[in-house]
Amino acid sequence: MGVAVIGASMTKFGQRDAWLQELLSQAGEECLDDAGVTPKAVEHLYVSNMASGEFEGQGGVMNALAHDLGVLPAYSERVDQTSSSGGAGIYEAWQSVASGASEMTLLVGGEKMTHKTTGQATDIIASITHPAEYKHGVTLPSFAGMTARHYLERFDAPRESLARVAVKNHRNGVDNPNAQFQKEITMEKALESPIIADPLRLYDFCPITDGSAAMLFTTEERAKEIADEFAVISGIGGATDTHVVHERDDPTTMGGVVESSQEAYEMAGLGPDDLDVVELHDMFTILEFLQLEGIGVAEQGTAWELAMDGTTQKDGDLPTNTSGGLKSKGHPLGASGVAQGVEIYEQLVGEAGPRQVEADTALACNVGGFGNCVITTIMEAGK
Amino acid sequence: MSLDAGICPNGHVSYPTHPRCPDCGESQEESVDLSEERAEVVTWTTSTATPPGVREPNTLAIVEFDISHLDLEDTFVRALGQVTTGDVATGDVVEPVYVDELRDPDVGLKSANPESTEWGGYRWDPV
Repeated sequence: MGVAVIGASMTKFGQRDAWLQELLSQAGEECLDDAGVTPKAVEHLYVSNMASGEFEGQGGVMNALAHDLGVLPAYSERVDQTSSSGGAGIYEAWQSVASGASEMTLLVGGEKMTHKTTGQATDIIASITHPAEYKHGVTLPSFAGMTARHYLERFDAPRESLARVAVKNHRNGVDNPNAQFQKEITMEKALESPIIADPLRLYDFCPITDGSAAMLFTTEERAKEIADEFAVISGIGGATDTHVVHERDDPTTMGGVVESSQEAYEMAGLGPDDLDVVELHDMFTILEFLQLEGIGVAEQGTAWELAMDGTTQKDGDLPTNTSGGLKSKGHPLGASGVAQGVEIYEQLVGEAGPRQVEADTALACNVGGFGNCVITTIMEAGK
Repeated sequence: MSLDAGICPNGHVSYPTHPRCPDCGESQEESVDLSEERAEVVTWTTSTATPPGVREPNTLAIVEFDISHLDLEDTFVRALGQVTTGDVATGDVVEPVYVDELRDPDVGLKSANPESTEWGGYRWDPV
């Protein structure tokens, strides 16, 4: 059964006073309103969230949201796949409609993080690592530092190429009213910012963020009846790579990205050349290169050239992270994959405002951990 | 104290060990202790924003042990660890040195149940 997306919304990302439940409700309500669908029509509700227990001491968020949104007695479930919880939510929502189990599925992703110190938030995120890694004080940023050094040394890529990713995504974020930072930065600022995990600096990293995003799914058949504009999920794939990061055969190959994108391309009957716009999981600037290579847009060790020659800019051949990416939009863990879906939906139905590019086919790649779990989604404009 | 890598019947080697081989799914029935071996730095970083209970700055490296002399399918195995110094470079040769506590078990997310984790381990000391 063809699966369509008929509504999408996101809250303002950033430092918010609201706690998780309020953020989730806000995005969920706005999404239903956007689609003109009543709560009682919802048959399945998925809530993408990584760590409400660790951050807020709150469990059972799916049931709480179902009650608050008035979607009872809909089936509800919390989806945790660390940073790719949002992408995994898209996968669950797609499955629920494709299988015939639900004709109307609401997905809401969210995380509340900024009330913790940076050290505490880093520790919660680092707790996903293997104990043999965790005891050494490894953090996700330090994996990025080690991988970036290897990439730059092995492929003789200029340090400036990473800063260009940050500058580009900050530029794109200026046009996103829901982005955490609507602020341009200069190459100098990026290259002279404090070192966080050598050779990476502050502007190579996404911020800590509160926020929520939502999408509404139904059958393609129903979408044609009730929606003026819609997008279709034409391909989706999910894959898991090693838990222990150093055990991977090649330190710069994200196996989960390769596997999940191949699965999605195969289902869609498409390839990398068919993509008009992509949202990638730029939790760290280096990840934009590794994913461009993983999804087959660039050969291994060459994606940095696309940052240098402007291919990935909004006016380039393959606009990448038109939303501002995690880098400037922010990264509320469980919301990020859903927010990627919101961006490509808005691009495909022509609702992206000043960020709008010409697009019929779009891809989103959501990465959990340091590539431990990956979901790749391909969406096309509905006809 | 030992730094054990697991070996499966097909000669695949991993550090740390796993109940089943990540490559082929066979049981890892044997192991090799790498604590007396030397390794080479593949990549490294110095983290200047560390979580509670972790030294700051924290220099970490992924190193590669040459195990070709064991005559197995895999000829090398990698491991991650803290470095004894901030003065390290890709290609440096290191040897493992044991430390009782790599981070403070009484601080941070796992401080409520410190017994869940082994806190001792090996740092890499450039030769």
